[in-house]
Formats: sequence, C-alpha cells, structure tokens
Amino acid sequence: MKKSVLSAMVVLLLLGAAAYAAFFVAPTDAKQGVIYRILFLHVASAWTGLTSFFICFIANLLYVLRRQPRWDWLGVSAGETGLVFTTVVLLTGPIWAHPVWGIWWTWDARLTSTFVLWLLYVSYLLLRTLVEEPERRALLSALFGIFAFIDVPLVFGSIRWWRTQHPQPIIMGAPGSGLDPTMYKVLFFTWFAMLGLMTLLLRQRYRLEAMRGDLEIIQRESEAA
Amino acid sequence: MALLSNTAVLLGKELRTEFRSRELLTTTTIFVLIVIVLFSFSFDPTSEESRRFGAGLLWLAFLFAASLMLQPCFLREQSNDTLSALRLSVSDPFAIFLAKLVANTLFLLLTELLLLPVFAVMYNVSVLPMLHWLVLVFFLGSLGVSITGTALSAISAQARMRELLLPLLLLPLLTPILVASTEVTTALFDRSPYVQWKGVGFLAVFDLAFLTILWLLGEYLLEE
Repeated sequence: MKKSVLSAMVVLLLLGAAAYAAFFVAPTDAKQGVIYRILFLHVASAWTGLTSFFICFIANLLYVLRRQPRWDWLGVSAGETGLVFTTVVLLTGPIWAHPVWGIWWTWDARLTSTFVLWLLYVSYLLLRTLVEEPERRALLSALFGIFAFIDVPLVFGSIRWWRTQHPQPIIMGAPGSGLDPTMYKVLFFTWFAMLGLMTLLLRQRYRLEAMRGDLEIIQRESEAA
Repeated sequence: MALLSNTAVLLGKELRTEFRSRELLTTTTIFVLIVIVLFSFSFDPTSEESRRFGAGLLWLAFLFAASLMLQPCFLREQSNDTLSALRLSVSDPFAIFLAKLVANTLFLLLTELLLLPVFAVMYNVSVLPMLHWLVLVFFLGSLGVSITGTALSAISAQARMRELLLPLLLLPLLTPILVASTEVTTALFDRSPYVQWKGVGFLAVFDLAFLTILWLLGEYLLEE
C-alpha cells in the first residue's frame, strides 16, 4: 500500500478515536453540560494552528538565511495549514460561546488576537499571490512572515492588558482553575490526533508546492528556449 | 559612526525632497481633517463622548493616514530607478531605513501636531495641560508606525497592486500600537488626566522590538 494512503488511514483512525474519547470518555461538565465537549475540537485546533504557524516562522527564517526553495515550500504549506486550523477555531468559538455566554462574539483578548492572527496570515498568503518572480515572492513573504509572527505576542499582550473583559484562562490560568484530569488526557490525545492531521496536510501541500516550483522552472526554461 | 553620518546625509535628502513639494504633508493633513469631520457624524461629539471615543478615532485617522503616506517611501525610489544608487552609496543598508523612518516619523508627528488643535477645538477636548505627555505618546506611536511601515513599504513596492497591499499588510500589524496609544491618549484626555506608564512602556518595547528586527533583516528587504 502507498505510504500516503497508509498514513492517511492512521490519522483517520486517530481522529476517530479522539472523537470517541471526546464524546464518551471525558466526563460531562458540571456547569456547561454536553456543550463543553466542543472544547476538544476548539482548543486542540487552536494549539495545532499555533504549532503550524510556528513551523511557518521557522521555515521563513531558514529561507531568509539559506535560500533553499524547500523552506519556502514548507513556509507556505505551514501558513495555509495553520490558517485552516485557525478558521476552525474561529468557527467553533462562536458556536460554543452562544449557549454558554449568551453571545456569539466578544472582543476578548483571545478571540481578538486569534482574529488578528488569522488576518495577518491571510495577508501573508495574499502577498504571495501578488509577487510574480518565485525567488522574490519567497523572500518577501518570508520576511513578512517573520514580522507577523513577532507581532503576535505584542497583539496578544496589548489586547489582554487593555481590551479584555477578563475571563480568566482555564488552562494554565490562575490557581483553582483547571480541567478534570480525564479531560486533560482527552484534550492532549485530541491534540495529538490533530497534529497527525496537520502533518498529513502539510506533507501533501508541500509536495504540491514542490511540483509547482518544478513546473515554474520548466515553464521558464521552455519560454527562454 | 559611518552609519550615523550616512543616515544624516540620507535624512537630509528625504527632508529636501519632501519640503520641495510638500506633497505628503499636504495630502496627509487634509486626509486626517476629512476623517475627523466624517467621524463626527458617527456619534454625538459632545465633550463627554469625545473624551471616551476621541483618542481612538484620532489614532485610527493617523493610522489610515500613515498607510497612505508611507506608500511612496520606496515606490518613489523604484519609479525613479534610484534604489540601486542608494544602495551603492551606503555601506550599511540599515542607514537607508533609518533615514526613511526618521523622516516618516517627523512627517507624521508634524501632521499630528498640526491637527491636534483642530481636533481639540472641534471635539471639545482640552489638550493644553497634558501637551508634553501627548507629544511623547505621539512620538512613540508614530515611531512604531514608521518603523513597521517603512519596512513593509519596501516589501509592498516590489509587488503588484502595491497601493492596496500596504494597508492590508500594515494595519493588522499595527494593532498593538493602536490599542496602547489609544489607551494612553484616552487617559490623557480624561477629566482628571494621568499618564498611563504601562502603555508608554509598551509602545517603547514595540518600537525597540521592531527596530531590532529591521536592523537584522533590513539588508534582505532591499535585495535586488
């Protein structure tokens, strides 16, 4: 069997197991009831999205220093994959917030900075479509990617200090907050499954980008000939 | 020291170019003026309301104006084919950025100081007692806008649809500046004004962080 099909099946199994654990293994929340179970999708996606953006940042740095096309390919793949997971976060957030907080959206630190993060990476991908020459596109987008990633903690800090209605973080928050130990285990397992999915998407996207890069070279050579 | 003397010469060039035509300053000032008038229709600009919203809309107007003003920064060099000459003339390309960002900060600051009295009169906000602190916030905020804006205008000048691209790249990146400057300015517009040191410090950190990145990455931004 082909390696990509096999790895896709493994990831599918992991995601299935994670979904099962999220619905049947984790205990029901005392206050929120069953709705809280969206946490496993929401938080795991958020962590996976951030992991992906971090990979994008490292790839951007390496491209600027080494100038090998593969770092550009990895950068764009990780940027897109991160954007997909962050979109999931932004969609599941309001679905969860509406029954629990009674509103779809609040301009709280995490929501707002996730939204700004999403906008920054949309701009990153947009910039790539507007530069024709492959090497210039790779360099400029890598530089913008570095700027964007370094901006993220500043965005989060500024919004957290001044614009938030202070819902205390539950995970790694103040003493007394926190999840049930089983919930933690399920959450980390879901994250693990999501990381599997991320790796799968990243790999496929990387291969596509590599093929595109080769195609561009062939096209330019045939035009020159 | 070569960096400083190079920067001084280039800064002289930037200032001369601008003060010969005064294009940037005129257009930016009029733009902010238009925005200030238009914003007054979105709420009732009585003294109390202005204290609450005034600082935010003033900074929003400055950010929009800056995203317009920073466009020609590298575009001009590119359309006149002077970028290569500029690069050859200095040993450290950071000098080009330093000169441009100091010039942009000065232009922004000048626009802001020209419009502050107009804003104060039209929106019934007293600015005189805290003027020196306001100048400090305007300086730190404008410096941050200019550092990131100058760097990004070097990027956007090399792309298609550059006029549209710069605001798209720049404005989300400036979220921290908008939030912190607005907070500090609101505190200064307050009935019993005070200086919010946390915000001032935050702006300084932002400026320092991006100046360092620009120093490290500047030479790659100007690669041909």
